Amino acid sequence: MVPLSYYLVLGGILFACGVTGFLIKRNIITIFMSIELMLNGVNLSFVAFAAQWQALSGQVFVFFVMVVAAAEAAVGLAIIIAVYRTRETLNVDQVNLLKL
Amino acid sequence: MTPNLHLWLIPLLPLAGAAINGLLGKRFSRPVASAVALAFCGAAFAMALWIAAQFSALRLPHMETVATWIRAGSFQADFAFYLDPLSLVMLLVVTGVGFLIHIYSVGYMWEEGGYYRFFAYLNLFMFFMLTLVLASNYLLMFIGWEGVGLASYLLIGFWFTKDSAAAAGKKAFIVNRIGDFGFLIALFLMIQHFGSLNFVQVFQSVSSLGVEYGTGLLTSIGLLLMVGAAGKSAQLPLYVWLPDAMEGPTPVSALIHAATMVTAGVYMVARSHVIFERAPVAMMVVASVGTLTALFAATIGVCQTDIKKVLAYSTISQLGYMFMACGVGAFSMGIFHLMTHAFFKGLLFLAAGSVIHAIGGEQDMRRMGGLRTKIPVTFWTMTAATLAIAGFPPFAGFFSKDAILFQAFTSPYGSWVYWAIGVFTAFLTSFYMFRLWFLTFFGEYRGEEHSDHSRAGAPAPHGHGGIHESPKVMLVPLVILAVLSVCGGWIGSDRFERFLAPAFYSGSAAMETAAPAHAEQAASEGLLTSISIVAAFAGLGLAWLLYHRRPQLPQEIAQALGGFYQAVLHKYYVDELYAVLFVKPLIDGSTSLLWHGIDRDVIDATLDNSAEGARTVSDAARHMQSGNIRSYAGWVAAGAAVVIGYMVWMGTR
Repeated sequence: MVPLSYYLVLGGILFACGVTGFLIKRNIITIFMSIELMLNGVNLSFVAFAAQWQALSGQVFVFFVMVVAAAEAAVGLAIIIAVYRTRETLNVDQVNLLKL
Repeated sequence: MTPNLHLWLIPLLPLAGAAINGLLGKRFSRPVASAVALAFCGAAFAMALWIAAQFSALRLPHMETVATWIRAGSFQADFAFYLDPLSLVMLLVVTGVGFLIHIYSVGYMWEEGGYYRFFAYLNLFMFFMLTLVLASNYLLMFIGWEGVGLASYLLIGFWFTKDSAAAAGKKAFIVNRIGDFGFLIALFLMIQHFGSLNFVQVFQSVSSLGVEYGTGLLTSIGLLLMVGAAGKSAQLPLYVWLPDAMEGPTPVSALIHAATMVTAGVYMVARSHVIFERAPVAMMVVASVGTLTALFAATIGVCQTDIKKVLAYSTISQLGYMFMACGVGAFSMGIFHLMTHAFFKGLLFLAAGSVIHAIGGEQDMRRMGGLRTKIPVTFWTMTAATLAIAGFPPFAGFFSKDAILFQAFTSPYGSWVYWAIGVFTAFLTSFYMFRLWFLTFFGEYRGEEHSDHSRAGAPAPHGHGGIHESPKVMLVPLVILAVLSVCGGWIGSDRFERFLAPAFYSGSAAMETAAPAHAEQAASEGLLTSISIVAAFAGLGLAWLLYHRRPQLPQEIAQALGGFYQAVLHKYYVDELYAVLFVKPLIDGSTSLLWHGIDRDVIDATLDNSAEGARTVSDAARHMQSGNIRSYAGWVAAGAAVVIGYMVWMGTR
């Protein structure tokens, strides 16, 4: 059996990749995908713990995360389309109207 | 069963008048406003007369409690009224003279702005003064005491657009506060030691104490009460406000600053006679302060040129006589002089007001003269008052002043020093009063043609030219007061003393033991009386010589006296001295320490600096708000990293 720590390290690497992508990428869609990557890193730790402790709740929780992520993707993509229509760019550095 | 006299109505009637005029008066025409004021004041006077008529049937002292006011533990102070011969005399003087002065004011103030306001204040003053006089405990008396101070302040500053009037009002108020401070501490001492402020209970507790030789509780209470009395009654060293109070309208000077309010201190000392009789040191202080004030004010009065200022110093001097009487144990003589003084000094002020009115607002006697034939009624009434205050028999002032001087000489508390100073002061009184009389009514008229005069400070100019006698409404009170000034003393000091005896019964043995033998008394009385009459005539003669016969002589004398004359002319520089000793240090201290030091440098600085600090920190922090999503995300990641790091560190420890 694969030890728990392997799953956790993989989850951590996935999460770190997501954070890094989120911070360094300028394209909104890439940033969006980085978020999904972070969510999946977390999901992986959930199922790993659930399998380790023979507890169902971790598995169930992953389903919830997926549902929410799907909903988020739907809304997020809609926003991205709206942003592109008004600003003709997907570069977040140019979407800074909230700046002081 | 004692009848219910409804004493509470007497003070409340003028209060109702004040409320009606004060709240609604703006819409009243002048006749309505004055009718309201006169009606309520007259009703109070009528009630006082009605009470006087039934007085002999009452069991004394007559007390009426209206309601409980303060009850705290065993201490209780009620809205309760106290009637005995002393308060009856005060009641009649205050309502009677007050009513006459109300009538006079109708004429005098006719052309002034704020007519209804004047009468509202005047009625308010009557309310507080009657409360003071009728109160049955020191606390209620203190309410009246403070209230008359308030009314006095409002009326001195009646022409509040004039700076000097506003300043004079403030000065009176502040100087009185110093006296009131002493009064209050005396009240605290009474509560502490007697557990009550009711006259009856306090005097009962005091009666059980013996005469205090040296100093002790009763002496302290007596001295503190005297501090209060010195403030209200303008005695040394707190007299400075009274001359300035002449900024008020003349009827106010007559009512408040001559006839009634300033005598409140004498009334209070007389009321507290039980305490004073057991504290010889306090008595001595009262007598000395009174005597010195009498002399001091009289010398200043000699040099004043403003007709009202002369009368103001004369008032201070006469109040000094009353305190001298109280200080030598002759309380009823003090009250006797208080009554006659109310008549003739009220009359002097009203007559002076009539003179000022006649010549269009001029108050400087150097610009008067020869008015005898032009305003005959004023002249004759003023003559009666002058003879009365100078102590010519058989005018009112003669009887009371002579009785005081006699008591000062013979009483166990008295001394020939008091008497000698008193006689000299009587001579000065006669001199400066006849100086005023000669300067005003005799010789040539020295004023300018005054068609364009207006009363100083009055908003509306006097529209009528020519020297003219005052209207009837002003002359009637003058004549009535003149009759009283002539006849007021005919009651005789003995009869008056017998009438007041129940109020001044103390049960103290000190008073009776040292009384001199009767035959000796009669002989010395004749001699002392003739000496004071000689003093009065000497004053008249000197004034006649200097101000009628040879009018250039005063200037030569003034030059010969040099520095002393200058000192007297400038009122001994007392105002300047007080300014240097008290006012300036106080203002400087408040400015540099309290304002600059504490308010500006500590309180304001704390607030300003904390606001400035918050601003600086926020200014730095606002740059985090860049609007760049990735920088926000960076902050979130950094924060999360710190939290995780912390948890790892805690976990591995």
